Amino acid sequence: MTKTEAFHKNAGSLSLGRIGLVLLGLIIFDAFAMWFIYQMLGDGVWQLAAMVGAVALLVNGIWLHPRGYPLRWMSPGFSFMILISIFPILMTIYYAFTNYGTGHILTKTQSIAVFEARTYLPDDANVYDYTVFQGEDGRYALWLQSQNNAGTFATSDGTLVEGIGPLDADGIPETVANYRRLTKAQSLRAIAELADMQFGAAPNVVQITARPGEAAQLAPRFVYDPATDTLRDQQKEILYTADAERGAFVAADGQELIPGYQVPVGWRNFDRFLNNPSFRGPLLPIFIWTFIYAGATVLVAFSFGLAIAIAFGRDMPFGRFIKSLFIIPFAVPGVLSILIWRGLLNPLNGVVSTTLAEMLGQPIGWPPVFSDPFWVKVALIGINVWLVYPYFMLINSGALQAIPQDMYEAAEIDGANAWQQFRYLTLPLLLVGVGPLLIGSFIANFNSFNTIYLFNDGGPPIAGAATPAGHSDILISYVYRLAFGGGGGQDFGYAAAISMIIFVILLLFTLLQFRYMRIWEGVGENV
Amino acid sequence: MSDSHVAQPGAWQQFWQSKRNRRRVTLTVKFLFAAVTLAITLLPILFTLSSAFNGGGSLSATRLLPAKPTMENFRVILVENDFWLWLRNSATVSSIAAVLSGFLTMLTAYSFSRFRFHGREHLLLMILIVQVFPSLLAMIALFSLLQQIGQYVSFVGLNQLGGLIFLYLGGAISINVWLMKGFFDSIPREIDEAGMVEGATHWQIFWKLLFPLVRPIILVIMILTFFGTFGDWLLPRLMIQDADKYTLMLGLQQFIVNDYGNNWGTFAAGAVLGAIPQVTVFIILQEYIVGGLTAGSVKG
Repeated sequence: MTKTEAFHKNAGSLSLGRIGLVLLGLIIFDAFAMWFIYQMLGDGVWQLAAMVGAVALLVNGIWLHPRGYPLRWMSPGFSFMILISIFPILMTIYYAFTNYGTGHILTKTQSIAVFEARTYLPDDANVYDYTVFQGEDGRYALWLQSQNNAGTFATSDGTLVEGIGPLDADGIPETVANYRRLTKAQSLRAIAELADMQFGAAPNVVQITARPGEAAQLAPRFVYDPATDTLRDQQKEILYTADAERGAFVAADGQELIPGYQVPVGWRNFDRFLNNPSFRGPLLPIFIWTFIYAGATVLVAFSFGLAIAIAFGRDMPFGRFIKSLFIIPFAVPGVLSILIWRGLLNPLNGVVSTTLAEMLGQPIGWPPVFSDPFWVKVALIGINVWLVYPYFMLINSGALQAIPQDMYEAAEIDGANAWQQFRYLTLPLLLVGVGPLLIGSFIANFNSFNTIYLFNDGGPPIAGAATPAGHSDILISYVYRLAFGGGGGQDFGYAAAISMIIFVILLLFTLLQFRYMRIWEGVGENV
Repeated sequence: MSDSHVAQPGAWQQFWQSKRNRRRVTLTVKFLFAAVTLAITLLPILFTLSSAFNGGGSLSATRLLPAKPTMENFRVILVENDFWLWLRNSATVSSIAAVLSGFLTMLTAYSFSRFRFHGREHLLLMILIVQVFPSLLAMIALFSLLQQIGQYVSFVGLNQLGGLIFLYLGGAISINVWLMKGFFDSIPREIDEAGMVEGATHWQIFWKLLFPLVRPIILVIMILTFFGTFGDWLLPRLMIQDADKYTLMLGLQQFIVNDYGNNWGTFAAGAVLGAIPQVTVFIILQEYIVGGLTAGSVKG
């Protein structure tokens, strides 16, 4: 054991003061974590609560165990990674098996809380005579008198107000703190506004009734019974039972209460695109187009980048300077480049269309890159190649320089011509290093949402699709459309199920990439 | 006909025999190729520059050379729009995210480089695998994560710049840890040991001895992280609703998307201003960037 390793072994056991500091830090951290978990469990957000709990336990273990010392350094970084990278991936998988979406956003606990907060005016409510007051800031309040004539003061936000002035013969004060009593005429003028308001703090909330001068106490409309898992509508006398399949409280006649809540629905989301033609319809062309889009981008960008790297290689005057110019498009934020292309390619007044019209006599509006499915796709691949090829130019010229010059001399002596040198020497050696990056680039372009969405929003729309879909949508932009696109509401569960397809494809390609790296490593060593 | 057909290759071969001629032809072809590729590469950027200085500002008026150069578009985007506000939001989010990510990366990489512990290789591999899944894929879960957290800690919730920073920190442990670990590995252990003999703690060795040596690298990593965040559009689009919390990319996109025809010139001015910082820094850091990209390819 070297001196260094011995030192590392003892790294955990340090001075008392340091241990005290660690403990203090952990106590604060744990207090915060426990408060957080307690709050979340109260709302039924148990997945996040469990994950925060797991991370907190892990952090405690690392900091308390002497052998956890090396992990202390990474505990903040990995905590973020678990919470913000890994947890969302797990949740996406979970959502794929739920009905999460418009009308089913809340947890069951939160949904019950929403109903329990709703009130109504029962027929047999406690009634009061009211007198309207108005504060200096314009807010209203009521002086309420019940049968036994004891008065209370109820403000619109439910706060208590001290300083009730002397009562008159009817038992009504002239002023209450900075609130002033309104005359009958004044209060009549404000009656429309007053009728929509509620006064007082829960559970003694009152509202003005249709009868003049009368206010009545509101009652909670829904009462939840945990034993039977039902919500009783007090107003209409209907019993709603929790339906674990539909994710909502349902009456005997089948009517659902809105909002519902999240429940697992098994394979229903997957069943939709596997067995339902109107869901499968748009998915298949989207699936194929995603592969064409990513594949064509990588292939063309790689070839183009390689051609430039070779052409401006060793003996080209100004080669270095020219290559450094290619940094510029690489350095412009991609979002801006895409938006610029959208302007330049605009069929009606973009510079590409107008130039083509002048030079080739094409009609204005050609090429129809926004409305014609074929031309949209051509334009998208073109733009994406433009965004990506400087990257391939840069890595290819780096990789070309790594190929030893004397190999070409040997090939020349053997009588290999330029094409043979390229085909049997340059390309295989280049692919040793660049091959995995090609797969990596394919994966990145498989999900290049920005180009698709910013250029034409995935359009033009596919007619007759069950859920909104566009001809140039790739899988990831289709997921976005389902989840956030508006139109038919948010269908998070179905969108997550489609994300799962992307997960599987990415996983396959990553395995391929890792394998490829190993294979070519072997080749590289033999050279 | 057949005569000339036979004669031509003969003359061509003769011409081609001369090494000087061959070189001349190759160079001509190469320069033509250079002209075409540079045109494809730079014309869109030149058009944008021209539109930015062009009066009128409509899309159809785009010419390579502005008819009557004016600064009007810049005035409109800077004075009549919220350019500075968007820029400030972007700079705040990106710089905090970059500094914190850089710091977390450094701590993690130091530990991977200097300690040998159980599961070390697995953790290193896990970083690579998690990288494969872009955060974009889990957008629904990220959205509801912020929504849920925001109910208890409002400044990291939806529609908050703090929430954006929080999400970007999830990507702090990235391929950069590998890169940074490589740099720590290249610093001789003797430096650490000299510190230990003096009785320094690990933290002191890290902060006083090693940090100054890797400072240039970590600065480059932070700058690149900064621009990665600066150029991001999707997460702000998903998480931010209020116009006064827009980042620059989101603000410029929302500005142009509704009215391309009339806002083009102003947008072009905004795009030029928005791209200048990154283009400048990338040209200065060219060596590092190309080096970083090719290191990935050559090593595999």
